[in-house]
Amino acid sequence: MSGAPPEVRDEELLADTIARLIGEARHVAIGNASPIPATAALTARARGNGRPTVSLLGSRRHTFFNDGGRELFDCAGQGRIDVFFLSGGEIDGEGNINLVSIGDYDKPTVRFPGSFGSAYLYYVVPKVILFRLEHSRRTLVPRVSFVSAPGTSAPNVHRPGGPVALVTNRCLFAFERARRRFRLESVHPGHTVAEVIEHTGFDFDRPDSVPVTPAPSAETIRLMRETVAPQLAEVYPQFAERVFGIRRAGWSPQGAIGA
Amino acid sequence: MLAGSIEEAVASIADGAVLVVPREVSGVAMAATRALIRRRVRRLHLVALPTSTLQADLLIGAGCVATLETSAVSLGELGPAPRFTAAILGGTLRMKDATCPALYAQLQAAEKGVPFMPLRGLIGSDVLAHRPDWRVIENPFGADDPIVALPALAPDVALFHAALADRDGNVFIGRDRELVLMAHAAARTIVTVERLSDGNLLEDPALAAGTLAGFYVESVALAPRGAWPLPLADHYPADTAHLADYARLAATAEGFARYLDEHVHERRAA
Repeated sequence: MSGAPPEVRDEELLADTIARLIGEARHVAIGNASPIPATAALTARARGNGRPTVSLLGSRRHTFFNDGGRELFDCAGQGRIDVFFLSGGEIDGEGNINLVSIGDYDKPTVRFPGSFGSAYLYYVVPKVILFRLEHSRRTLVPRVSFVSAPGTSAPNVHRPGGPVALVTNRCLFAFERARRRFRLESVHPGHTVAEVIEHTGFDFDRPDSVPVTPAPSAETIRLMRETVAPQLAEVYPQFAERVFGIRRAGWSPQGAIGA
Repeated sequence: MLAGSIEEAVASIADGAVLVVPREVSGVAMAATRALIRRRVRRLHLVALPTSTLQADLLIGAGCVATLETSAVSLGELGPAPRFTAAILGGTLRMKDATCPALYAQLQAAEKGVPFMPLRGLIGSDVLAHRPDWRVIENPFGADDPIVALPALAPDVALFHAALADRDGNVFIGRDRELVLMAHAAARTIVTVERLSDGNLLEDPALAAGTLAGFYVESVALAPRGAWPLPLADHYPADTAHLADYARLAATAEGFARYLDEHVHERRAA
């Protein structure tokens, strides 16, 4: 065994950054098409000896939900989900996210899949972590074309939740609700503040000296590769194979119903 | 109750019907969807609870859908849903953009026989701004507490695929409780199943709680591998190679037409 630190993949750095943002939580839920947040949540669980509870949508094994698709939303409404992840085709400097379209809504030039549960979960989950790999002026815009869910709300609107951070392939921003602005927290290794400014379409705050996003520890890397990656393969087989080289075992029927 | 064929089971889904279908993981009746396309059903108001993948994309591409009411359509890890995207950009589809819990709440209002259901969130979003049928009301029990009221949504027909039914029309739905919600909210429910049981599912205490009573079910048809190429939870996985082929072909109108010729219009042996 050599003492050299392991080669860290970009996905591992991002997942480690998100795992730190999760912090102390009882219950983290992961929506559709979010393999890196799923890696982060499963890593947090592996480090916390089973805490937080992680609910991976689309998984049979990694969720206790057994009351249909509404249970996730009802659970969030009850205050029983502490952390959730959202993304956007566009995200603006006030934390508004757009999962619907660009251009006039009735005659758009670009169409995204749709808002999913964002127009509800963004309001009621205390810690929403925004994750958008592509950090460009195309994705991080001055003003979104369509507000699937707003970053902040008027004081009389029930709003226990909202964004706390935005993680991209270049950096980590924190969101300050009172100022309705992002603040640059750290820049990932190999990237610069100048580059972040160049590729961000909105204004943001930043300290005089911006730290580099810390690399995951050797122990975290080991957990991700040995414990988390095989768990991911059930829900994200293509991701688990591409990033971690995990091939899904041959599928075998598990007849839940007697013959 | 028991239909002689998939075609017979879906025969009552008329042009213009409000049709509710489940999300990919809850049992999508793909064989029945192909039968509807072959029959050239038109002007459907498709409600995908709360999202859809291949099923909505196929129906839209085949010209069966006038209005789509859902929270999202994509092919998941395989990317955007190409025919849905083309129809929106081409202006040929009337879209009612929703958010997942709003659709559940609207079906729940119909299930309870009440005119509306309140829901948190939504205020200040363009989802709400583009839904004149949704209203902001004042919480009658609070002070200065606006909340969104969503009207009940009672579809004409619910259509889904499940593992098992009995000859009384009782359907085992297991954990996929939204299938019960759909059946309670819709006027009629049509189900395709992998196989038929000779017993009565409601008489087995272990199965009864996961069973939709035949009282709510109009028609059941046998359709082995009826969710293919989508998965049926606990029974078979998605046919990912086939879905990747679909994503590639459906990227163009010509490719999509070829897909229909090869996999929909050509009758496949069961």
